[in-house]
Amino acid sequence: MAIDILMPALSPTMEQGKLAKWLKKEGDQVKPGDVLAEIETDKATMEVEAIDEGVLAKILVSDGTDNVAVNTPIAILAGEGEDVSAASSAKAPAAPVPEAQPAPTPDMQAEGLADRPAPAERPQQSDLSTPAAPSVITNRTSYNAMAEIPEGTELVNMTVREALRDAMAEEMRKDQNVLVMGEEVAEYQGAYKVTQGLLQEFGAKRVIDTPITEHGFAGVGVGAAFTGLRPIVEFMTFNFAMQAIDQIINSAAKTLYMSGGQLGAPIVFRGPNGAAARVGAQHSHDYAAWYSNVPGLKVIAPYTASDAKGLLKSAIRDPNPIVFLENEILYGQSFPVPKLDDFTVPIGKARIHREGKDVTIVSFSIGMTYALKAAQELEKEGIDAEVIDLRTLRPMDTDTIVASVMKTGRCVTVEEGFPQSGIGAEIAMRIMENAFDYLDAPVARVTGKDVPMPYAANLEKLALPNVAEVVQAAKAVCYR
Amino acid sequence: MAVAARKAGRAGAGAANKTTSTKGSTRGAAPNSPQFDKNQDLSAYNEMLLIRRFEEKSGQMYGMGLIGGFCHLYIGQEAVVVGMQMATKEGDQVITGYRDHGHMLACGMDAKGVMAELTGRRGGLSKGKGGSMHMFSKEKHFYGGHGIVGAQVSLGTGIAFANHYRENGNVCLTYFGDGAANQGQVYESFNMAQLWKLPVVYVIENNRYAMGTSVSRASAQTDFSKRGVSFGIPGEQVDGMDIRAVYAAGQRAIEHARSGKGPYILEMQTYRYRGHSMSDPAKYRTKDEVARMREEHDPIEQVRRRLLESWKLSEDELKAIDSRVREIVNEAAEFATHDPEPDPSELYTDILL
Repeated sequence: MAIDILMPALSPTMEQGKLAKWLKKEGDQVKPGDVLAEIETDKATMEVEAIDEGVLAKILVSDGTDNVAVNTPIAILAGEGEDVSAASSAKAPAAPVPEAQPAPTPDMQAEGLADRPAPAERPQQSDLSTPAAPSVITNRTSYNAMAEIPEGTELVNMTVREALRDAMAEEMRKDQNVLVMGEEVAEYQGAYKVTQGLLQEFGAKRVIDTPITEHGFAGVGVGAAFTGLRPIVEFMTFNFAMQAIDQIINSAAKTLYMSGGQLGAPIVFRGPNGAAARVGAQHSHDYAAWYSNVPGLKVIAPYTASDAKGLLKSAIRDPNPIVFLENEILYGQSFPVPKLDDFTVPIGKARIHREGKDVTIVSFSIGMTYALKAAQELEKEGIDAEVIDLRTLRPMDTDTIVASVMKTGRCVTVEEGFPQSGIGAEIAMRIMENAFDYLDAPVARVTGKDVPMPYAANLEKLALPNVAEVVQAAKAVCYR
Repeated sequence: MAVAARKAGRAGAGAANKTTSTKGSTRGAAPNSPQFDKNQDLSAYNEMLLIRRFEEKSGQMYGMGLIGGFCHLYIGQEAVVVGMQMATKEGDQVITGYRDHGHMLACGMDAKGVMAELTGRRGGLSKGKGGSMHMFSKEKHFYGGHGIVGAQVSLGTGIAFANHYRENGNVCLTYFGDGAANQGQVYESFNMAQLWKLPVVYVIENNRYAMGTSVSRASAQTDFSKRGVSFGIPGEQVDGMDIRAVYAAGQRAIEHARSGKGPYILEMQTYRYRGHSMSDPAKYRTKDEVARMREEHDPIEQVRRRLLESWKLSEDELKAIDSRVREIVNEAAEFATHDPEPDPSELYTDILL
């Protein structure tokens, strides 16, 4: 059977090129890998290699021909034992007609690619309309976090630090695959003492001090998670996780999708996030908005000790990569925690921390301290604020926010992060998409100022949000 | 310590690999290369030829517009992965970068599934969502397929960490190129692997060019076997065009890692015939250089010659092998051309478990 040798494309976007030179002539014996000809475009020169064995029966496009369309037959190869003259006289089939192509991907330009031809065959062309994303809005009712703790459960006061430690210890007792790694997590007992006592209980095999090597140990954690271990990777602060963000996003978050669902990474990246006190711009960044931007991650940022414990336990059991954002200032704060053998909090559900009817204040993590104090101030002025603690940033509990805004008609968001593309911006958009007609005022946001965190005490105070700003914003959306 | 371990490794292998010298041309069949028996040569020939023919077909299908985006071919480097794979045992894992088709085929992954992934079809190993650089098989212990240069080194070290944690006796072969060898996380990984004595073999496929930049223009230390010296990791340079040398070095390295002595570095001196990716005009090297490598050092031709001369196979017998391989590749191409694209509903699946 004679084989057509087609004009190849050099790049995904090439449509035609010049057949510069034939390196084999009619009658030559060729084998796979032999260079048959050279082709050129304005960008590159490349060689056409033989894929099959045989005799070059006929050259259809001669040396020096310009504008040869991709997929045009340029020569005929006679197969083994085939009559060369018969093959060469066989009529070449018509070149495939190029079909309309979607615009080239801009990224391709990086490697100097030009316009791409239509694929020779494209069976069962799928419907090009984008399917709708699965809706997260199932109803407009708030999630009832009260039901997480059975009535009559004894509550014990505990710091966020202790709650996090207990969560890890409980999960490590249950599952041998759970381990903790990071800088100073073992012998030093944790830079912020969150892993206190874990080395003593679980030993150096499961509580692992790493060198100062964030990029490397984040990758080691993800590789271990690919095999089914459940590493908890502690970053001394999320500022340092910038060294490792490639592994968090490119390796941990994307691999499940890129593998067609075969290979997930059950890993928790945790540590303090955002500002502490007087540590300057490189130790004060709030990365909540960054991680919440990435499909394939779940992002959690608890405020209370109870949520910290219940959510960290859920995160460790979750089969997906999780970014668990803690806060250094909250570590030492105490909250009532249910005394239960196995207390967990579902990921992706907000908690109404304080019910109200006049304005909704949405926050998370340390932002809740401003929100709650503001609610107390507002009460004195006759404004009844509902305060929602998001707890999970991705997936975000839109239902609970929307249901509350439908009730109050007004919303203020509070976070320590920067304003542009922040969590507040996202919440405002979701309200517009889902409850625009219920709004009695534009959504307002209270955020950290749009500056790197200053060191000086007075400037740092100015850079962070404060209670007065939240009160002012709430009054403004209430037109008071 | 590195030197001592390296010497011990060589002595233990019986036949010293000449390529451990650091100077001069060490390519080509060294006269004292370890020998293969007939079955080993036959098996090596089959496996390498499958990769060669598969990649040639990929190049052709890319030229026809059936394969999109980036497509990095392994032609010329076949002896590295096939020789290393011959030295592994069931359970050992493999992880590599973006030039990964050869590794997948050597791990026994289905040629149809690989090709259909290249064409972005639903029968592809990643359902068409990964593409050339992103395929995985837990069953075959292949952990990808990674597009960020050097990221697989930390990930492979993590897989070795899990082997160590589970005490399962498996070794992770972590492949990367001369380009990735300059990434910082490679050395972070070397440090942890040696500190914790993790069972990992770092296989540096030195094909002389990081995209278009030759080794001498990018690397202050061009002897990659020495890149672990400051961590005390033994290493050796291997003629990566001679599959027997690869296999023997692979056995030494894997044995070292499996026995609890920690990581081992193999610098495979190899060569890619094709450009970095399909759109590479290869202006950075001469045609003579490529032609010389193909003519004098081709890994498949070396085995083919032994099959004819030492094992007295006939041309017809080799042709029969070639036809069988070609049939597998043609079937794969046929499947990958006609398999439907993924259903649109697949857009929103496999994001989270």
